[in-house]
Amino acid sequence: MADPAVAEIEDLTFAYDRRPVLHGIRLSIPRGKVVAIMGQSGCGKTTLLRIIAAALLPSSGRARVLGQVTGELDRDGLYALRRRMGMLFQFGALFTDMSVYDNVAFQMREHTDLPEDTIRDLVLMKLEAVGLRGAAGLMPGELSGGMARRVALARAVALDPQLILYDEPFTGLDPIALGVIARLVRQLNDSLGATSIIVTHDVAETLPLVDYVYFMADGRVVAQGTPADVHRSGVAFVEQFVRGEIDGPVPFHYPADGYAADLGLAAA
Amino acid sequence: MAALRAALTHLGAAVSTGVWRLGYGARFFAYLLLHSGTAFRRFRLTLREIYFAGVLSLIIILVSGLFVGMVLGLQGYETLQRYGSSEALGVLVALSLVRELGPVVAGLLFASRAGSAITAEIGLMKATEQLSAMEMMAVDPVARVVAPRFWGGVISMPLLAALFSAMGIFGGYLVGVVLIGVDEGAFWSQMQAAVDVRNDILNGVIKSAVFGVAVTLIAVFEGYDAVPTAEGVSGATTRTVVTSSLAILALDFVLTALMFTGGNGK
Amino acid sequence: MNRSTIDLWVGIFVAIGLGALLFLALKVGNLASFSSAQTYLVQAKFANIGGLKVRAPVKSAGVVVGRVAEIHFDNESYEAVATLKLDAGYKFPRDTSAKILTSGLLGEQYVGLEAGGNPAMLKDGDRLRLTQSAVVLENLISQFLFSKAAEGGDAKGGK
Repeated sequence: MADPAVAEIEDLTFAYDRRPVLHGIRLSIPRGKVVAIMGQSGCGKTTLLRIIAAALLPSSGRARVLGQVTGELDRDGLYALRRRMGMLFQFGALFTDMSVYDNVAFQMREHTDLPEDTIRDLVLMKLEAVGLRGAAGLMPGELSGGMARRVALARAVALDPQLILYDEPFTGLDPIALGVIARLVRQLNDSLGATSIIVTHDVAETLPLVDYVYFMADGRVVAQGTPADVHRSGVAFVEQFVRGEIDGPVPFHYPADGYAADLGLAAA
Repeated sequence: MAALRAALTHLGAAVSTGVWRLGYGARFFAYLLLHSGTAFRRFRLTLREIYFAGVLSLIIILVSGLFVGMVLGLQGYETLQRYGSSEALGVLVALSLVRELGPVVAGLLFASRAGSAITAEIGLMKATEQLSAMEMMAVDPVARVVAPRFWGGVISMPLLAALFSAMGIFGGYLVGVVLIGVDEGAFWSQMQAAVDVRNDILNGVIKSAVFGVAVTLIAVFEGYDAVPTAEGVSGATTRTVVTSSLAILALDFVLTALMFTGGNGK
Repeated sequence: MNRSTIDLWVGIFVAIGLGALLFLALKVGNLASFSSAQTYLVQAKFANIGGLKVRAPVKSAGVVVGRVAEIHFDNESYEAVATLKLDAGYKFPRDTSAKILTSGLLGEQYVGLEAGGNPAMLKDGDRLRLTQSAVVLENLISQFLFSKAAEGGDAKGGK
């Protein structure tokens, strides 16, 4: 393959208005791998995902996704790029006014001229892959959280994307549903020959699943490596994050004045 | 002094926000018109919105129209019979409805029944990331979600206003002719002599079409621009009803001044 | 709600909506009476048209036969010129006279036509020669007062 990296970020910075969110990010996502971007809530990882999805453009630096530099695309180019990607949103973001079947068929109907019975076969294949062929006639409101996530996954891969993005795919799921989603992520990636990027803060579920991990803190990449490397990295933040310790480089207390002074005890 | 300063600052901020939103709204409107192709190429999408905006507003429009017409019949008779011209009841009922009450009251009802529903639906789709998801699937949410709702509302509104007026005239007929006993022939013939198709009825239809554009535009804009939280959506829904009601009344004044004065009126 | 039900309801909605518009145009408005029919135009000069407005009815023997199409002021004769649009189905002799009348004491003003005896009929673009202006209340009252005053003067002089 001419271009082994599916997504490449170079010296990227990004700011909302004037509030900087990402500084000097540099990462590369190799083809065919499942890569996780991990970090605390608010560290900028979802912003980074949106930049890879070309929903946001970098303030400076370059994001090259599937061979295209996102900042150089016009609207049509952007839409052409997005048709080669699939994205799973945090809570599924299923279209609530359509049935499960129509949700999965949505992109096929919007972007292709396939006859309705071909679409039917494709939709049922996608739903079978996530084990929900029987739920095709249900409305999203009738699904459990885990089922909704699986339908959303089927919808995300409806057009066999080359790059699949996951925004917090494990949030709010029970352990069984979580295991199912984790297995599906891996399975779909390998069977479609796609590349996956998972943004998450669930360490235990993610590490066994992925090929490579980036750790982020305060808008910077602080550590990276294979899951095996991570345990030996020695970076204090990663240690704290992976083990879930309360205090460490990330303090338990939000910065404040002295506790005693705040309670008025110092004055007495 | 400080209070005055704060008040002035507040006022200035409100004005600049208002102007900013007006500009954004105008840009949104232009974008919406440019991307309305889908709404007509795949008319089924718009058909569905006509169902939600128009058909589901039918009952409230018909019932309100009937009662407004009946009240006009009663009050109008009460006043007209003092001058011995109760046969002019038909004229009074028809002109009030066709020129003013039909478009305006139907518009206000439409804003609170359909406009708020449109805002809430689009706002919730935004809050639950459905619009972002659509964007990520390379489908423009303005073309796919907003434009059909806009055109559905724009098509529905003149029909609803006409139904309101027709129902109101029927209500006036019920009270005036059937109940009170105004002469039926005079009721209709005086009405026909006084109501002009171009000056009165067509102008009423134009009014209702303008209100339809205004209300639906405000509704889709507020929904699309809503802060994607529960609070944000409820605030946007309220703003839709308030803003579009004010817009209807203000536009009605302007349109009435343009249409029914300046010599061509009767 | 499946799609064909929606189609059905939207169909019903649009049909009764258009029905309401048709009802307004035909039963409430006057579309049926004139717009489709052939018309011809005649002009009439009046010294004073009073409160006559464009679109006021033109009646003959109490039947509406047309409408006032246009009113303007003639700069040469200093008179008002009213253009009457008459239904082609109604023919009038060339010496027909036009009066501005009022329906009831306070009602609206209309143009009344009284047929003459000329065998030639009015054609499009003709002018009515015989006209009678609107009765203006102020003139009527002042006339009445002058004549009373004159009577009083005569009576005084007579004594």
